[in-house]
Amino acid sequence: MNNKTTNAAPKGRTLQLAHNPIVTFGKENLGILIGLLILCLLLSFLSPVFLSKNNILNVLRQVATNLYIACAMTMVIILGGIDLSVGSTIALSGVITGGFIAFEGLPLWVAVICGLLAGVVVGAFNGFLISKTTIPPFIVTLSTMNIARGASYVYTGGQPIRVMSDSFNFIGAGYVGDIPMPIIYLVIIVIISVLIMSKSKLGRHIYAVGGNPVAARFSGIKNSRVLFFAYLFSGIMSAIAGIVLASRMFSGQPTAGQGAEMDAIAAVVLGGTSMSGGVGKIGGTVIGALIIGVLSNGLNLLGINSFWQYIVKGVVILIAVYVDFLKKGKGK
Amino acid sequence: MSEQILLEMNHIRKEFPGVLALKDVSLQLRAGEVHALLGENGAGKSTLIKILGGIYSKDSGDIFIDGKEVSINSVLDAQKLGISVIHQELVLVPHMSVAENIYLGREPMKGTRFVDFRKMEEDAQKLLDSFELDIRSETKVSDLTIAQQQIVEIIKALSFNAKILVMDEPTSSLSDKDVDFLFDNIRKLKKAQVGIIYISHRMSELKQIADKITVIRDGEYIGTRDTEAATTDELIAMMVGRKLTNYYTRTFGNPTKKVLEVKNLTAGKLLKDVSFHLNSGEILGFAGLVGAGRSEVMRCIFGIDPFENGQILLDGEDVKISNPEEAMKKGIALVPESRKREALFLAQSVKYNITIKALGEFIRGIHVNNARENEITKKYVDVMAIKTPSYQQTVGNLSGGNQQKVVIGRWLATKPKILILDEPTRGVDVGAKAEIYSIMNDLVKDGVAIIMISSELPEVINMSDRVVVMSNGRITGCLPREGLTQEKIMYHATQFSTPDR
Ligand SMILES: Nc1ncnc2c1ncn2[C@@H]1O[C@H](COP(=O)(O)OP(=O)(O)OP(=O)(O)O)[C@@H](O)[C@H]1O
Ligand SMILES: [Mg+2]
Repeated sequence: MNNKTTNAAPKGRTLQLAHNPIVTFGKENLGILIGLLILCLLLSFLSPVFLSKNNILNVLRQVATNLYIACAMTMVIILGGIDLSVGSTIALSGVITGGFIAFEGLPLWVAVICGLLAGVVVGAFNGFLISKTTIPPFIVTLSTMNIARGASYVYTGGQPIRVMSDSFNFIGAGYVGDIPMPIIYLVIIVIISVLIMSKSKLGRHIYAVGGNPVAARFSGIKNSRVLFFAYLFSGIMSAIAGIVLASRMFSGQPTAGQGAEMDAIAAVVLGGTSMSGGVGKIGGTVIGALIIGVLSNGLNLLGINSFWQYIVKGVVILIAVYVDFLKKGKGK
Repeated sequence: MSEQILLEMNHIRKEFPGVLALKDVSLQLRAGEVHALLGENGAGKSTLIKILGGIYSKDSGDIFIDGKEVSINSVLDAQKLGISVIHQELVLVPHMSVAENIYLGREPMKGTRFVDFRKMEEDAQKLLDSFELDIRSETKVSDLTIAQQQIVEIIKALSFNAKILVMDEPTSSLSDKDVDFLFDNIRKLKKAQVGIIYISHRMSELKQIADKITVIRDGEYIGTRDTEAATTDELIAMMVGRKLTNYYTRTFGNPTKKVLEVKNLTAGKLLKDVSFHLNSGEILGFAGLVGAGRSEVMRCIFGIDPFENGQILLDGEDVKISNPEEAMKKGIALVPESRKREALFLAQSVKYNITIKALGEFIRGIHVNNARENEITKKYVDVMAIKTPSYQQTVGNLSGGNQQKVVIGRWLATKPKILILDEPTRGVDVGAKAEIYSIMNDLVKDGVAIIMISSELPEVINMSDRVVVMSNGRITGCLPREGLTQEKIMYHATQFSTPDR
């Protein structure tokens, strides 16, 4: 070919900028970043405590458990799926951990591992069915959502299991220096998720299977393995969230985590991940979760009652997704 | 052909973010004329057509129909003006029936509220029958072969009784027989004074069907010629901006070392007793009508589809290949026939798409060697002469031919020992075709064995060491290079009643 038609090499400034991950991150998420910034500015004027260190840590702590799950949910949604069972898994892992300490008198670490295993089981079960059959993820996880919730009620008889143990409480409410434990887990989980999605082969395979499953198969990717991993990861992240929440509340509660799936999905969608699969980033999800967290915190600080908070949340999600839609539609 | 100008597009300009797709293109179409649009991949042909069809809006320029200026802002506008378009990429809804697809958006109604499905299916069936097609109107589109889908798309476009009919590479997935069918219908439409814009990269077709040819290059109008007066060389020169020598590059060796042997492969109704072998350093052509089972053989070898009986031997050793990953580990690569459905990740970048099968070369755990990744990308973007504003460009925004080059580039990046190419030059312009041929030649010189399925007989004849011909799931001939003619191949290809259509 003649060289004229192959002006392929990106040149000069754009090349340098494209390689700086922070700049890319900013560019990709400009809309929601601005949204988050405006929200924070507004709140810092309206409420004097908003920018206090305590409040900020408080927001982050609340965002944390949602984000553990939302990170995994991002992968699941990029794969074109959905995981509705995460909220119930929170309850199940919480009551199992609590129960194994309170009822069975097992050592803390054994109980925690069993709690995590509960997540592994739910996740693996979802992953197995979704990767090996053609039952839609929505249906599979809708079922496991009910099963796990039911199991939590059955195990506890519907009552919270109280665990009065300081060492258990440390898991979710402790500090290292000034930093609450849940935030430490959060940082680790976000880093792992980002590394998986942007650096590993697995991550690229997730985008491939989500974007075009047929082409992925033709490319020699084992679609079922990729799917299995994502749902397993989701189960484990839910279990971690469940244990942290139980520890913070000194009890395993069968009602815990209700609606958690919706918060996680909202964070993912706010973050720009497409529900039809194939595209999305963990970075966006982090901002999405922060917006949701800051919003509820702000509404609380302003003394707006929690019924109204639902409405505000719903409206904000719609606006954000609509703005995104406008942005993407303008290429035509 | 009348002298009355039906459609005039003047000084059309269209810019996409980072790409000036059309700088200044004009086109005049007369009633009863077949006007071909010729240009390299990415020249802007499809973009021009999409502007006419109401899919994209132009940045500037004007459009006149029957001398009156018109504004086309939607597909509906275009349809109302009597414009019907067959797009380059199939746009049928896979989960709907043939009838539903043909009447999508203009369904016959029972009263004012309900769609009259019975009438719709009957009408569609009448339409299909009138073209003597063996397709049932209630069949789901996803159950049709790609060639059949293309035919349905053509029927749909014809059913609008449009006065301007636009066809963007309608023949790229058709066999010769279907092409004849299409041309017969085009000739009928010409008589009925329909104006037809026809896009194709097959020069031989243009000679057969086009009255005029307009060439565009890099979004600019280059010139219009009467087909009779224009020579192929002149057109190619206009298209690529220089003379092209050596269209088919091929240095023939004497390949004898068997690398692959297929024995008595049988799979359901599709394949019966298929046996052949492949030597290293040769190109084995696979000819036959669309639907003869050529792709099916390759899918079995590549571990995508299972087969009941038969053996596959690699280097003399009996192997079991149950999925593509195993096939790739054994050094086999398959460039599938449908790029959109089976190969591309449309929402991802050029870089991602090229390197997805070569991840092992630059990712270790969580360490990504960016430099190496860019190097691989650059290598295959250059080798395949892919026209893209940057490596980050979303593949879905490339022109059709450039998408095809990305797919081939991806498989070359896996450095296979056996390379199976299923219609490798579909939708690729002449310059790039010549480039692909020369790459194939280099590969076989290095000892790679290539199987090339192709419906373009000139390419099969000029590139292959030997040609296997299939008909109705069986092998009906294995012809040596010496004395190969189109007639010989067609004779073997039509041995059994043909399954397509
Ligand atoms: N939606 C889009 N967004 C960005 N760029 C686009 C878009 N559509 C087309 N382009 C670019 O515009 C140019 C012209 O593309 P077009 O599809 O019209 O080419 P073409 O002549 O039809 O080529 P081919 O023969 O390969 O089909 C190409 O460089 C292509 O990458
Ligand atoms: Mg095109």
